[in-house]
Amino acid sequence: MSWLEVIRPGVLSSVQDSGRQGYRHHGLACGGALDVRSFSWANKLLDNPRNAACLEIVLGGFHAVTRGKLQIALTGAEAPVAVNGQPVSMWQTLNLNDADELTIGHSASHRLIYLALPGGLDAPLHFGSRSVVIRERIAGLDPIRAGDKLAALKSNDTRPDRVVPIACRPALSADIRLRIIPGYQYHQFARSDILRLTHSAYTVSHQSDRMGFRLQGPAMDSPPPGILSEGIAQGAVQVPGDGQPIVLLNDGQTIGGYPKPGVVPSLDCSALAQQLPGTRVRFEITDLATAQNERRLFERHYQCTRWRSCGHLLEWL
Amino acid sequence: MIEPVSEDAVLITLAEAIDDTLPARIARLSQSLRDAKLPWLQDLIPSYATLLVVYDPMLADFRDVTSRLKTIMSTEDFQTDIKQPPTGKLVELPVYYSIESGPDLAWLAAETGLDMLDIIRRHTAIEYRVHALGFAPGFAFMGEVDPAIAKPRKQTPRKQVPAGSVGIANRQTAVYPQASPGGWQIIGCCPTTLFDPDTLSLLRVGDRVRFCAISRQDFLAAGGKLTETRLP
Repeated sequence: MSWLEVIRPGVLSSVQDSGRQGYRHHGLACGGALDVRSFSWANKLLDNPRNAACLEIVLGGFHAVTRGKLQIALTGAEAPVAVNGQPVSMWQTLNLNDADELTIGHSASHRLIYLALPGGLDAPLHFGSRSVVIRERIAGLDPIRAGDKLAALKSNDTRPDRVVPIACRPALSADIRLRIIPGYQYHQFARSDILRLTHSAYTVSHQSDRMGFRLQGPAMDSPPPGILSEGIAQGAVQVPGDGQPIVLLNDGQTIGGYPKPGVVPSLDCSALAQQLPGTRVRFEITDLATAQNERRLFERHYQCTRWRSCGHLLEWL
Repeated sequence: MIEPVSEDAVLITLAEAIDDTLPARIARLSQSLRDAKLPWLQDLIPSYATLLVVYDPMLADFRDVTSRLKTIMSTEDFQTDIKQPPTGKLVELPVYYSIESGPDLAWLAAETGLDMLDIIRRHTAIEYRVHALGFAPGFAFMGEVDPAIAKPRKQTPRKQVPAGSVGIANRQTAVYPQASPGGWQIIGCCPTTLFDPDTLSLLRVGDRVRFCAISRQDFLAAGGKLTETRLP
């Protein structure tokens, strides 16, 4: 068996798959990879199952030593990556040999890096998932530490070298457009507040994490008062008394009592979760059918694409 | 009312305000949806007056889901509680009410003008209903507390509330299953495990709960722990 031995875990690294299904009525958060696109491409490079667990590395600063031969894939935020000090590219398969040193520097522009191993990362299953929700403080669900072993679920049957073409990588542009599907208390918000939300620029606050991203900008004047706590859909935009919106993400609470003008679709949440504090974002209204179609198109694209020969590499078809 | 709220969730609203029959009705609706073995169903999140239905958008779109939910809801009446047997199990939770396990007990006594024994008597006198679960794994929102001892949350939440802490926030009461930050007024500590990774949450929406006062000795014998560091 081959594995990566962690020397330095970086700022915060945790095992994430597609998250838990069917446990939210116990108060358990969904968890799961925040950037669905980068996570999916990492698994696709290694022919992994759709929901295979990856390591989600926040900002970088990761250092590990290879034990045995191991093919890996790295996607997500651009960061300087080196094998034994030699720079290598992300968004492609990497073939590591025994004792190779893998270092991932700090990303200057975005937040999340995904590291995939053949068959997926071997980690204990809790609640039908390998995702770790740190804030729940459940024994065995912790971030990765120095000395941990990251083992692959499959033995190392090496695939051909592959690269994700630039056109297929998620565009992690600087100015982020967050669409919002009107819902929940949308009609209880003053029209002027909705206009303020959709016509202002907001910046990502430092107080942003896997629970939710806080945005700072023109405050909504008179958000409706608290409501009876109700189930929270992923991506829900919550507006507390200070009028500053919070986009609730994968580790967010399952129910809540703040008013919500709507929900940000999952692929837009993926783009948001990649942003560093200070990034500007804008909200715009979309409709449910459009959002649902986009999500389905993404899944179809993921499931139906195949690798084809392209020189010595294999590319996206 | 059935309203799609996101690309993978539909919110069913049964009422606009809390009433005591809602937890049982929502629990029954959840059960009916589970029994229907809907292939696209992923999660059901019940709360005070609503049920959030989370589905797989690759298997059904919001129109399919909404119409299927309407059909299921029309075959049984979830709007009223007539002729329905009481649902939900009755759970008895022991609580060690004291100054050392309930750092806000003295404050609550001063605030309400009641003596501490009277507060304990009033808190244990009512059979509560679990209205919602959330905030943290196994955290059950129960109601409704005697208005005489109902006080709002702290302005600034505590950074750490020990596991088992029994709190009051307005007319709600709850037990913190794990140590966590928290703003509820803490009046005692419960030694019972409320969330276990294998058996999950002890309490479910619709369950009934009675608190009973126990001694320090019984609390420790039942595995209860008193944190050495006094809370601010």
